[in-house]
Amino acid sequence: MTEPETGDPVPQSGAAPIRVFLVDDHGLFRSGVRAELDRGFADVSVVGEAGSVDEAVAAIRHLRPDVVLLDVHMPDGGGAEVLRQVRPELPGVVFLALSVSDAAEDVIAVIRAGARGYVTKTISGRDLADAVRRVHSGDAVFSPRLAGFVLDVFSDRPGAAPPGDPELDLLTRRERDVLRLLARGYAYKEIAGELFISVKTVETHVSSVLRKTQLSNRYELSRWASDRRLV
Amino acid sequence: MVAGVAGGVADHLGVEVLWVRSAFVILAAANGAGALAYGLLWVFVRQENADVARSVPRTERQQALGLAALGLGVGLAAAALGSNVIGWIVGPLGVAAVGAAVVWREADESQRRRWAAGARSGVTGVAGGGRTALIRVVAGALFVAAGIGVFLLGNLDLGQLQFGVLAVLATLVGVAVLTVPWWVRLMRDLGEERRERIVEAERAEIAAHLHDSVLQTLALIQRQSDQPREVLRLARGQERELRHWLYGPTGYGRSGVASRGPALDAGLTEALTNAAGEVEDTYALTVSPVVVGGDRPLDDGLRALVLAAREAMVNAAKHAGVDEISVYVEVEADEVHVFVRDRGVGFDPDAVPDDRHGLADSIRGRMARHGGTVRLRSTAGEGTEVHLSMRTEPTAREHAGDNRSPDAPAGPDGTSSPGSTDDPAVNRGPESEREGAAS
Repeated sequence: MTEPETGDPVPQSGAAPIRVFLVDDHGLFRSGVRAELDRGFADVSVVGEAGSVDEAVAAIRHLRPDVVLLDVHMPDGGGAEVLRQVRPELPGVVFLALSVSDAAEDVIAVIRAGARGYVTKTISGRDLADAVRRVHSGDAVFSPRLAGFVLDVFSDRPGAAPPGDPELDLLTRRERDVLRLLARGYAYKEIAGELFISVKTVETHVSSVLRKTQLSNRYELSRWASDRRLV
Repeated sequence: MVAGVAGGVADHLGVEVLWVRSAFVILAAANGAGALAYGLLWVFVRQENADVARSVPRTERQQALGLAALGLGVGLAAAALGSNVIGWIVGPLGVAAVGAAVVWREADESQRRRWAAGARSGVTGVAGGGRTALIRVVAGALFVAAGIGVFLLGNLDLGQLQFGVLAVLATLVGVAVLTVPWWVRLMRDLGEERRERIVEAERAEIAAHLHDSVLQTLALIQRQSDQPREVLRLARGQERELRHWLYGPTGYGRSGVASRGPALDAGLTEALTNAAGEVEDTYALTVSPVVVGGDRPLDDGLRALVLAAREAMVNAAKHAGVDEISVYVEVEADEVHVFVRDRGVGFDPDAVPDDRHGLADSIRGRMARHGGTVRLRSTAGEGTEVHLSMRTEPTAREHAGDNRSPDAPAGPDGTSSPGSTDDPAVNRGPESEREGAAS
């Protein structure tokens, strides 16, 4: 096993564990993740799970977990539907999307609906726990593929539509640099070392990119969204 | 009332059924347009299965009787009121029309019953609904026959032969009129059957695919469960294959996305993905390529780039001691960059023995021959990154839409080349070489 996220925030002993809720329509996957997280990581505790949108919405309202691990593909609207129903009333609950697919339209759906990150289901238990900690502390989690996708959407390739709102429709040069390194498989700490900036600054850049991805009306984003009636 | 057309239209439009009926009646008063519209709607609009409970037998019979009485009344009234000619034409034909209506309605009923019973045999014919239905159909047929017969008798004065011919023709017409609903249903059922066959074929294809790939792999995995590396290799290979089948450029789940263009198949993305797949299969680890900036058709330079990238992946797989390799590809207007990175043991490039040809020949030599550059960075204990870049001809498409002239260097705006991100660090590497790669 590699330890890619060597520079991650070290869990403080004694602090209350992060309360995690699992939403996935595959029971096998739920129990796998649950076992992995509960067994291996003292600072992460799974407080409940649900196998459908309705069940999830009710349980999240009741339990108010810190972090919800959300499957993208489920009957009755999938993860995006859970986000739509729960997020307005519980802004404190953070969502991390999990999916077997890394198709662009899946990513964009949950990110636009308000997820703070996106990882694929093949992620190792350690990386998943790290991602949970990271979104819990307010950061965004970008898998290399998500980083590549966002780079693609925000590229100013010739022929692309002119930005409507430069504040949201363009990435700064630094944000681009950070995304590129993410796509190359660098961890936050490695990116910080590479660009001679602090880890905190890397986190700020990534959060800013996430915000732009969620709010931008950039043509490609809007097209994907409207093609699939996501927004 | 007659066939539920008004009700259906009302449901469809979301208005009170009374309004629709009134509209039909008013239209009918105007030269019978309403009746015509009603008939056409009845024949050609698909019947909904939603309201089986609506057909109550007693009201049905009352309706049928009412229908017959109405037809008779109309016929008689027309005959009595109108001149002889109108009476003798309109009357009998009216009777015939009413008869046809009765029969057609019965066809509708049998269709509903078929749905209710769940039977799919298309031969549930005229008598499908038992004795009353049979009586109604026969009565309807008699109406039609009588109407046509009377019409012929009353209007024509013919010899025996002609009469015989006409009688046969009239019978045929009668039969044709009576069987219209079945013809229509037959066509519809055929269409439905074809649709079902297509769905069935698709289902069979999916099942076959899952059987050939997933089930076989699962069986293999169970038999080799004591060899983790082999299991990983099988699982990863299967995952990749399935992913391609679902989400690939021509993938199963991609039917709606035609805008990607057909050129994607033979391009750089495909070649690199395949190379990554081969390395995965051979060395039982995960290689996840991320491609940014669209696809490119392969030319000699890009082919060399793909092969060099593959060699870099193989090196990482063999020597780094990792189970994951990151591959990042960035396609720019006139240059393509590939980064192959691992978090493995790392090495000192100066200390690589001369008999190891992989790096020298397969990567450096190959790239140099095609005008590309190789930058290598490796730190013992932290991993290795190989950065390959190859200049390409700007594609015609990008020429057309490009504001910047292709030979002008990218401006100082946000369009930084990826090379600029690792300038400070890369130059530490002992073998880093910088050809005039102004992007």
